[in-house]
Amino acid sequence: MSTAWFEARKLTRRFGALVAVSDVSVALHEGEIHAVIGTNGAGKSTLINLLSGELPPTSGEVLLGGQDVTHWPQPKLAHAGIGRSYQRNNIFLPLTVAENCRLAAQARVQRPWAWWESAQACRTSTTRAKAAIERAGLSAFAQRTAASLSHGQKRQLEIAMCLATEPRVLLLDEPLAGMGPEESHRMLDLLRELKTGHAILLVEHDMDAVFAVADRITVMVNGAVIATGTPDEVRTNRDVQAAYLGGH
Amino acid sequence: MTSSKSLSSLSVAAWVLAFALLAVFPLLPEPIGGKFHTELLAKVMIMAIFAASLQLLVGYTGLVSLGHAAFFGFGAYAVAMLAPMSEAGNGWLMLAAAVGGAGLLALVIGALVMRTQGIYFIMVTLAFGQLVYFVFHDTKIAGGSDGAYVYFKPALAIGGWQWIDLEQANSFYWFVLGALALTLGVLTLVLRSRFGHALIGIKHNEQRMRAAGYSTLLYKLASFVVAGMLAGLGGFLYAAQYGFVTPEILSWHYSGNALVMIILGGLGSLGGAVAGAFAFVLLSEWFSALTKHWQLLFGSFIIVAVALLPQGLAGLWARLPSSQRKEAA
Repeated sequence: MSTAWFEARKLTRRFGALVAVSDVSVALHEGEIHAVIGTNGAGKSTLINLLSGELPPTSGEVLLGGQDVTHWPQPKLAHAGIGRSYQRNNIFLPLTVAENCRLAAQARVQRPWAWWESAQACRTSTTRAKAAIERAGLSAFAQRTAASLSHGQKRQLEIAMCLATEPRVLLLDEPLAGMGPEESHRMLDLLRELKTGHAILLVEHDMDAVFAVADRITVMVNGAVIATGTPDEVRTNRDVQAAYLGGH
Repeated sequence: MTSSKSLSSLSVAAWVLAFALLAVFPLLPEPIGGKFHTELLAKVMIMAIFAASLQLLVGYTGLVSLGHAAFFGFGAYAVAMLAPMSEAGNGWLMLAAAVGGAGLLALVIGALVMRTQGIYFIMVTLAFGQLVYFVFHDTKIAGGSDGAYVYFKPALAIGGWQWIDLEQANSFYWFVLGALALTLGVLTLVLRSRFGHALIGIKHNEQRMRAAGYSTLLYKLASFVVAGMLAGLGGFLYAAQYGFVTPEILSWHYSGNALVMIILGGLGSLGGAVAGAFAFVLLSEWFSALTKHWQLLFGSFIIVAVALLPQGLAGLWARLPSSQRKEAA
């Protein structure tokens, strides 16, 4: 495989005495879904926060296309093509689905100084928002306010907003959490579809889903990586069975 | 879509009607019009500019400032400090100093306070506002605690042609009306633009805006500066109207008044800011004519109004035509 699009090397984050993420290395490649699994508190969300620039790491480095981006502020990383979704819905509740996504898309074409131009007249952002809403399967709800959506639809909106910024790297924090079986199915199809042209990091609790879509899996326990490999390798790994999968 | 469109043309019609009424007001016969009421309404409109500028910050960017009077007062002091003793000063220069100076001050203070959030932001803006207050109150740069006079109203000549005479009460009134229209026009455009939409996004969810790729700090700072400049415009008009400035207009009481205006009128609405300024100034005039303890009466009124109208006066308007308006808001 070619060089990684996005890579973490020996990433560590401490909160006081607690080591939330310890010496974690992951590499994301184009066309690949790299799943990170682990029990609650294993440091998965913190890892995404570190990779997306939301938190600075205590040590270690983050590389984008071979370039050191460890200390880049989050907006700059976003511009370089790092998109993320949140585990807890993190949307603009009073705004419409369309405006939620348009605002996300607008981040690529900000022109804040053009105060006389109407935002709605910005073609790039409206088209990209529409495409993202369609991909996430929310077209019928575009004019509804985000607050009025069901939980599953809010999760879809979370992904749509991430896609609207047209990132190359997707860091998805439990996109399936709280979704019904049908919605989960749709989302997994979407993830498979998104592999082309994207490098995806998927943090997920749903083991069946992870083993169904992931190309590589990294298992974290107490902030550290205990195994990484293909789904088959991870499934048969002794440490993983002992520490995480337990009786399965 | 069609209903929201016709509704927005309804609010345009309401604005046009309101401005038309305000424009003919000074020409009305004595019991309604007349010098006293004309001057009172000019004062109301100046406060409306001040309130609308704060609305950008509080109602649209989500930054609750208790130091906004610093920029209003700075605009007023810019006029007083540039006013000559024996003749009318150059109004354009004063206007530029008031608006530009207030903007620069907002840039400096904003750069220092913008990293704080929530209650800390309120406290730090309060502190900087009081800092500016004490600079003018305790030093001799502009009359100290006694305040300073503007003996002649600013002259706004264009190439030697006096197109408007601010000494004339009616002319001054119309000039203020024009400034209010300009302020609301600029703010409407700003809020319609990508910049304005981004501010509203920041108000609702700053974290998400950063994740999408917005440098939210710069956006908030820009909002702070624009609001400061428009407050400076209000201060310019205040000094021109009264010909006298005191440190009181820099104090946190004054900032608090503007906050009460926009809460009374309705947060997140320009019409609300204007309605709030009208209600605030007119009611305080009325109550103070009724009794010496008018502030007690006024305070009770505000508590009742806020309890009954959580969306402010603008919420009343929103309820008027149909419930569909809510969707558009």
